[in-house]
Amino acid sequence: MLAFILRRIAQSVVVMLVVALISFTLFRFVGDPVASIVGQETSVADREALRERLGLNDPVLVQFAGYVSRALQGDFGISYRLQQPVGELILSRLPATLELALISGFFAFVFGVAFGVYTALNRRGWLSNTIMTVSLIGVSLPTFLIGVLLIWVFAVELQWLPSFGRGEVVDLGWWRTGLLTPSGRASLILPAITLGLYQMTLIMRLVRAEMLEVLRADYIKFARARGLSNRVVHFGHALKNTLVPVITITGLQLGSIIAFSIITETVFQWPGVGALFIQSVQFVDVPVMAAYLMLIALVFVIINLIVDLLYFAVDPRLRVERTPARA
Amino acid sequence: MTHLFKSTRTVLLGGAALALAATALNAETLRWARVADALTMDPHSQNEGPTSTFLHHVYETLVSRELDGSLAPRLATDWMIDPEDPTVWIFELREGVTFHNGNAFTAEDVVFSLERVRKESSDFKGLHANVVGAEAVDDYTVRVQMDGPSPLYPQNLTNFFIMDSDWAEENGAETPQDYAAGEEAFTVRNAMGTGPYQLASRDPEVRSVLQHFEGHWDETPEVTEIIYTPITEDATRIAALLSGEVDFVQDVPVQDIARLEQTEGITVTTGPENRTIFFAYDMGSEDLRSASVEGNPFADPLVREAMHLALDRDAIQQVVMRGQSVPGAQNVPPFVNGWDAELDAYGPPDPERARELMAEAGYADGFSVDLNCPNDRYLNDEAICQAFVGMLGQIGIDANLVSQSRSLHFPLIQNDESDFYLLGWGVPPFDSQYVFDFLVHSTEGARGGWNGSNYSDPELDAKIQSLATETDLEARDATIAEIWQQVQEDRVFLMVHNQVLAYAARDGVNVDVDPENQPSMTRVTFD
Repeated sequence: MLAFILRRIAQSVVVMLVVALISFTLFRFVGDPVASIVGQETSVADREALRERLGLNDPVLVQFAGYVSRALQGDFGISYRLQQPVGELILSRLPATLELALISGFFAFVFGVAFGVYTALNRRGWLSNTIMTVSLIGVSLPTFLIGVLLIWVFAVELQWLPSFGRGEVVDLGWWRTGLLTPSGRASLILPAITLGLYQMTLIMRLVRAEMLEVLRADYIKFARARGLSNRVVHFGHALKNTLVPVITITGLQLGSIIAFSIITETVFQWPGVGALFIQSVQFVDVPVMAAYLMLIALVFVIINLIVDLLYFAVDPRLRVERTPARA
Repeated sequence: MTHLFKSTRTVLLGGAALALAATALNAETLRWARVADALTMDPHSQNEGPTSTFLHHVYETLVSRELDGSLAPRLATDWMIDPEDPTVWIFELREGVTFHNGNAFTAEDVVFSLERVRKESSDFKGLHANVVGAEAVDDYTVRVQMDGPSPLYPQNLTNFFIMDSDWAEENGAETPQDYAAGEEAFTVRNAMGTGPYQLASRDPEVRSVLQHFEGHWDETPEVTEIIYTPITEDATRIAALLSGEVDFVQDVPVQDIARLEQTEGITVTTGPENRTIFFAYDMGSEDLRSASVEGNPFADPLVREAMHLALDRDAIQQVVMRGQSVPGAQNVPPFVNGWDAELDAYGPPDPERARELMAEAGYADGFSVDLNCPNDRYLNDEAICQAFVGMLGQIGIDANLVSQSRSLHFPLIQNDESDFYLLGWGVPPFDSQYVFDFLVHSTEGARGGWNGSNYSDPELDAKIQSLATETDLEARDATIAEIWQQVQEDRVFLMVHNQVLAYAARDGVNVDVDPENQPSMTRVTFD
C-alpha cells in the first residue's frame, strides 16, 4: 500500500515538472512582458535593462530551473501586473473560485440526478421531452452566451439578481466567503448555473441511461414481483445502483469545473483565479500564469491520486496482484 | 509581511462596514464602472491609463490639464522659467494644503516626489529625464534644475503625483515597486496624497471606495463618495448600467453606443480622444522581410502616394466605426499644438489614379506584404486593418493580415521587425514634439523608440532636437510647422482617424468626456 502511494506521488511530481516546463516554453509565444510593464515613453535602453533584470534574456531552461528552485521554497515571484506576491494573490482569489465550483458542482449533481431519474421514469411524458430538449440546447450553447443570456433576463429585464461581482463578502481571516451574506448568495446563483449547466446535463443523461439499464435488470423485476412499492424499487434499488459511476464522473468533473471556470468568471466579473489568469495572459504576467497552471495541474494530480487510491481500496484484485510481487 | 496582512484585513472590514452604511444610496454616491482597475496605488509605478485616472482622485499633481488641453494650477499656483537662468523652473506652491493624514503639504514633499519619480524602478522617469535636481527654496517654492532649457517641462507634469514624504519614510516607501525584487511595496495597497478623495477601502479588481476628504483645499464636489468597480466584459459592463447597478460606465464599446442612445434613462456622451490611429510602413530599409518583390516598394514615393489614394477614410468611419471617429490626414489630434487644418484635410480616394501610380513605379502586377495589426488595443483595430486590406487589394497590393495581441504586436514595432503596421498614438503633453520624438526621429538614445518606419533624416532630426530647448515659442511653432510639412510630403504616416470616446451614465448624472480619458469625478454634477 505504502509503496503504491509513494510510486503514485513520484509520478505526480514528474507530471507537475512536465507541466511547468511545457508552460514555460509556451510563454515565449504569448508575447513580451516588458511591453506590458512599462509605459510608452520608456526608452529602448531602459526596456532592455528591465528585461535583463527580470532574467528574460536567459535561455528557457535556465529560467525554468530558477523558477522551480524558487517555487520549491514557496516563492512564486511578484506579479508583473498587480505587483503583489503571486502566492498570496492566488490564495486570496482561490476561495471565490472554490465556492463557485462547489456550489455549481452541487447544483449540477442535485438537479442532474433529479432530472435524470424523472426522465428515466417518465420516458414518454411531455415534461421529460421538454427537459431533454432544453438540456440539448444547454449543452450546445457556449458558456459565454449562456452567461450573457442569464444576465440579460435576470439582471437587466427582471432585476432579480446582480449582474456582476460577488456581493458582500465576510472575511474569516484565511477565507473570504460570500455564503454568509444575502447579496453574496444572490450573486452566486447566475454564475453557478452558468458554470454547472453543462455538468448538469452530463449527469442527467448519465443517470437516465444508467436508470434505464438498471430498470431492465432481473433484480428489479424480482423486487416488483415481491410487491415492493414503486418508491422503494426506484430509489432504494435502482437509483442506488446507478450512483457509482455518477459519483466517479462528478468527482472528476469537479476538477474541470475549477479549471474551466475562466469564462464564467470573466462574464460575471467573478474575482476568482480564472479571471485572474485571463487578465494575466493579456498582460503576459508570466509569474501568475506559471503559478496558475501549476495549481491546476496540482488539482488534477490530486484528484487522480485520490481516485487511484479509491480504486485500490474498492477493487480487491489490485491488492491481490501486488501481494505475490512483494513476497 | 505580517503587517501587510493585517492592514489589508482592516481595510476590508472597514469596507464591509462602509458598504453597510452606504446601502441607502443617496445622490452623492457615484457608482463608477470601467474596463480595468488601477494596477497599483503607487503613483510612480505604472504609467497606465486606468491607474492614473484613479490616482488623480487620491493624489494631486502640480498642474492639471483642462478639458481643452490647457494647463491649470493645482498644487502649484504659478510656475515660471527663472528669468536669470533658462535652465531652471520655479514652482510656487499652494498654501494651506494638507495630506489625508493631516501632514502639511510643503516644498519638501515636491522635492521628495520628484526624486522618487526619477528612480530606476519608476515608470515615469522618462518624463523627467531632463531634470538634474530640485531644491526647496522655502516652504512654498521649489526650484527645478534642468540639464538645459526645457520650455515645455510643465506639460510633462500632469501625471506627476505628490506623495507625503514623512509618510513614505515612516513606511519605507521611498522607492516604487521593483519587479525584480521579491517583496511587495507598501505603496501597492496604501496611498497618502492630498487629493479630493481618500481611500476608504480597496479590494483590488473587485471594488474600491473613495470618500471625500473634508480637509481638501478646493470646493466640495457634488460627488462625495465613489464606488469604483472594474468590469472587464463589455456586455456585463453595459448590463450593469442598464440594471441600475452602476451609475456611470466609462468604456462604452462602439457597437453599443447607438443602442444605448435609444435606451430610456441612459445618456451617452461622446467626445474626441487624444489618440490617433494610423498605418506606417518601413520606408528606410533596403529590403522588406515579407514582400514578394525584391527591394523595398515602400521606399518609392509613388507607391506611398498610391496607398494614400487607396484609403477610403469615410468608408472606415461609417462602416467600421459606425460614425464614431474623426477622420484626418495629419497624425496628431486637433487640440494638440502643431495641428493644421490644411494638413489634416484629405481628398476622396482615387483607386484608378493609384493603380496608374503603381504601374508608374514598376508594380503594375502589384506585390504582397504582411500587415501587422493589434486586435485588443484600439477600438475595432482589427476591423480597420481588414477594411484597408480590401482597399489595398484594389490597387494590386496583396496585404496579408497578421493580427495578434498587443503584447506580441508592440514588440514587433519596437524591435523593428514589421514592414507595415497599425499603431495608435496619444499625445499626453499636447505638443507635436512628443509625436516627433517617438515616431519621426531616427532611433537613437531616448528618441525614436516607436519609429518602426526607419525614416531617418539628420537635418530633420536636428530640427526635432532643437524643439526641446527652444524657448522662443513662436520660432518653435514655426519649426514644428516645417517638420510637419516635410513629414506630410514624405508621407511618413498613413493617418486614418482620431478615436472618439463614449461615456454612458444614467439620466441625471453629467460627465464630460475628457480627451485623455481621465475624467475627474469632482467635475460630475447631478441634476
